Amino acid sequence: MSQAHDASLIMQDGHGDGHGEGHAHEHHPFHQHHFTTMEQQFDASKIGMWLFLATEILLFGGLFVGYGIMQSRHLEAFVAGHHHLDWKLGALNTCFLLISSFTMVMAVWAASNNRNGNKRGVLITNLLLTLGFAGGFMVVKYFEYSHKLHDGLLPGKFFSYTGPDAVPNMFVFFSFYFMMTGLHGFHVLGGMGAITYLIIRSIKGDYSSEYFTPVDLIGLYWHLVDLIWIYLFPLLYLIT
Amino acid sequence: MTTVDHKRLGVMYLWAVLLAFLVGGVFALLVRLELMNPGEDFMTAEQYNQAFTLHGAIMVFLFIIPSIPAALGNFVMPLMLGAKDVAFPRLNLASFWVYVAGAVMAVTSIVVGGVDTGWTFYTPYSTSTGGAVTMMTLSVFVLGFSSIFTGINFIATVHKLRAPGMGWFQLPLFVWGIYATAIIQVLATPVLGITMVLLIMERAFNIGIFDAQIGGDPVLFQHFFWFYSHPAVYIMILPGMAIISEIIPTFSRRTIFGYRLIALSSVAIALIGFLVWGHHMFTSGQSALAASIFSFLTFLVAIPSGIKIFNWIATMYKASISLNTPMLYATSFLLLFGIGGLTGIFLGALSVDIHLHDTYFVVAHFHYVMMGGTVIAFLGGLHYWWPKMFGRMYNETVARIACALVFIGFNMTFLTQFFMGSQGMPRRYYTYLDQFQPLHQFSTFGSWVLGAGLLIAAVNLMGALRGPKNAPDNPWGGTTLEWQTQSPPITHNFAGQPAIEHNPYDYRYFKVPSDAV
Amino acid sequence: MSTHTDTLDHSGEHTHEHGWKGYLYILLILLLLTVITVGAAQVNFGSSTANVVIAMTIATIKASLVALFFMHLKDDKPINGLIFVSTLLFLAVFLGFCLVDADSRWDTRPATYKGPLDQPALPSLNVDAAAAPAKPAAPAVAPKH
Repeated sequence: MSQAHDASLIMQDGHGDGHGEGHAHEHHPFHQHHFTTMEQQFDASKIGMWLFLATEILLFGGLFVGYGIMQSRHLEAFVAGHHHLDWKLGALNTCFLLISSFTMVMAVWAASNNRNGNKRGVLITNLLLTLGFAGGFMVVKYFEYSHKLHDGLLPGKFFSYTGPDAVPNMFVFFSFYFMMTGLHGFHVLGGMGAITYLIIRSIKGDYSSEYFTPVDLIGLYWHLVDLIWIYLFPLLYLIT
Repeated sequence: MTTVDHKRLGVMYLWAVLLAFLVGGVFALLVRLELMNPGEDFMTAEQYNQAFTLHGAIMVFLFIIPSIPAALGNFVMPLMLGAKDVAFPRLNLASFWVYVAGAVMAVTSIVVGGVDTGWTFYTPYSTSTGGAVTMMTLSVFVLGFSSIFTGINFIATVHKLRAPGMGWFQLPLFVWGIYATAIIQVLATPVLGITMVLLIMERAFNIGIFDAQIGGDPVLFQHFFWFYSHPAVYIMILPGMAIISEIIPTFSRRTIFGYRLIALSSVAIALIGFLVWGHHMFTSGQSALAASIFSFLTFLVAIPSGIKIFNWIATMYKASISLNTPMLYATSFLLLFGIGGLTGIFLGALSVDIHLHDTYFVVAHFHYVMMGGTVIAFLGGLHYWWPKMFGRMYNETVARIACALVFIGFNMTFLTQFFMGSQGMPRRYYTYLDQFQPLHQFSTFGSWVLGAGLLIAAVNLMGALRGPKNAPDNPWGGTTLEWQTQSPPITHNFAGQPAIEHNPYDYRYFKVPSDAV
Repeated sequence: MSTHTDTLDHSGEHTHEHGWKGYLYILLILLLLTVITVGAAQVNFGSSTANVVIAMTIATIKASLVALFFMHLKDDKPINGLIFVSTLLFLAVFLGFCLVDADSRWDTRPATYKGPLDQPALPSLNVDAAAAPAKPAAPAVAPKH
């Protein structure tokens, strides 16, 4: 074994060589061994989630850029198209997501203050509420989409609207409408799945002030879904 | 198959990218063989289009982007940090299998219809042509996730899993390079993802974004595509430069010159690299203002690269140099990347690019930086870390011969292409005017020498695996942490928790082991 | 000497020690801003650019509240905020350059063009066509101000 002068191998109790070496510390069951402390693990997980959110922002961002260019290219068509969107439903959906963001952050708060199970009920309730509002969002979305389908206001080559206010290139607006709200809705569904997973594990009692990382991380994801809608709503539904 | 050990995943990635390199290389040899004579020799024009497309797509997406980060970075970086693994080992495993899924889809697209759009998938051809374009773009989308997962993992690892005492400016430069690469992977790849999605939507549903027939903007596709693909070339070169920063101090037995500048230049290249994508579009009809800004920024991004080259040379000045194989590859890199980078500046000059765009000059430029740069650095890194990864030493003489053949073959193949391009030979053409034939033939002969060199290098490295695992812990006298553990390392990498007391490459304090070459 | 690391670190506590009522106030502000967004959309601020800017500004205020308070960026380690902000910056660069450049190209199809299944609107590039290609009409889109 070569002598190393710039890196001394301090013989600490690396977690690789067993736990029973005279230290009485308990290992949290969700502590991963390549991390030294739970805090380090939590911080790393958070960085990882924020980086993932960065990729989501850029993914949607591409769609926003495309929308911006196409709107400047076909202004009349985009204005005509957006009149077919019901801003009241859009506003309702905005409120649903904002409230669900609130219930989500309440769930994170409950998990992080959950000692000896005293906030488990609050955690589960808020997760269920979040799920409920998300479901409400999707229901409203369903009504919006079926209305568009009925009117023939569909993306690309499926566009078949022939009403009095039809303008050339209206199909481009609806291409973007469906792609952006569709991708967003897909992410809402994914988030609902993740929240369901959290509910199941919360019922099992896995989350407490010592370990609530998944609640925090999925919470961040959920807030991002809300953030994207905060921009989608005015852009698609309101701007003339 | 379900391992989460970064070392094993690194080796799995290594076999995968080497296989991809072989497939991409075969397509390259076929392309060059077709170009021995003008006209259609053994391929039709359509088949030729498919051959260069697949050569490009496989080399870019299946080989060069994952190669150094996923294969060498995965293995070496946690060791260099004194960590037991990367931050998210299960994400690492997922990254590998997503890569495999994307690779299978890409190969499938070759079989079920082929792709002839060029690896750049420019509209309107890509939105209207037949073939398996949708399948191929979907595979690129999937492969993007693999790259993103790797990037997320590496950034979190460098932030949180450093050994005690290892501050940012005690990191080995390989880590700085991989870290800067990871930033690009995270920020740029999603835009490629959405570009591929939009392309598929346009093909399938005529959504009207890129197709001019229905009011779309084909140049917008180019903006979208190059916003990722230009930073992508920095994903390719930064890890290569990072390897050179490791090899040169070790084989000069000297601390690196200008450590902080090299470290920060990696980040500078990553950031400025996001601002220059329009230099791929000088002839596409951009506004003159945009073109001028991009040209200026392109000149700017060369500065950090130049800083690195000067610092490496300064490290070697009056140092005690040993020309083992890794060092031979590193010095080759200095020359070849120097040529590649310089010709990039020529192309960055707006007025010059008008003449050289889409000629063989561009082809030569990017092969000099990608192959003369990244692949040479990759080979150097392989020869440098092979004993650490597998515990065996390869035959040094054979390795040097292979290096020489690679160097000679590479220059034969690609130096000629600068001349062809400046005389007007367009790229992606299966045929050409008779005046270019001698140059084309010389280039093709060069490709055979290059291929032979690569083959010999591969056989030499693989052959070494049959021997006993008796490589020393530190055969080269390297100062970074991976050399302070066994070859190959134990499962948990280190027997205890390493702690750092000195800066890396500090040969004043480091005692070179007696069994180093 | 080995350091005994406390794996029962109460890591999240210091960021969540405050009560929950703050979140409720933020929600109420967000809902109010939504009302303002809708209201502002009824008013024409002069040009479509101005309308967009106003709407996006209000949206950004809402987004900042969500990011700072619901996503805890205000209390977190700075790296998370740095990741978020730099992502937005790069997106702004992408959007900015593309928009600046978009003015150099516009839709050249005639104003009568209806939809994607119509016959091709651009002049044919087929050199065998007997007739000369028809000149395209004036751009279909009114110039941006």
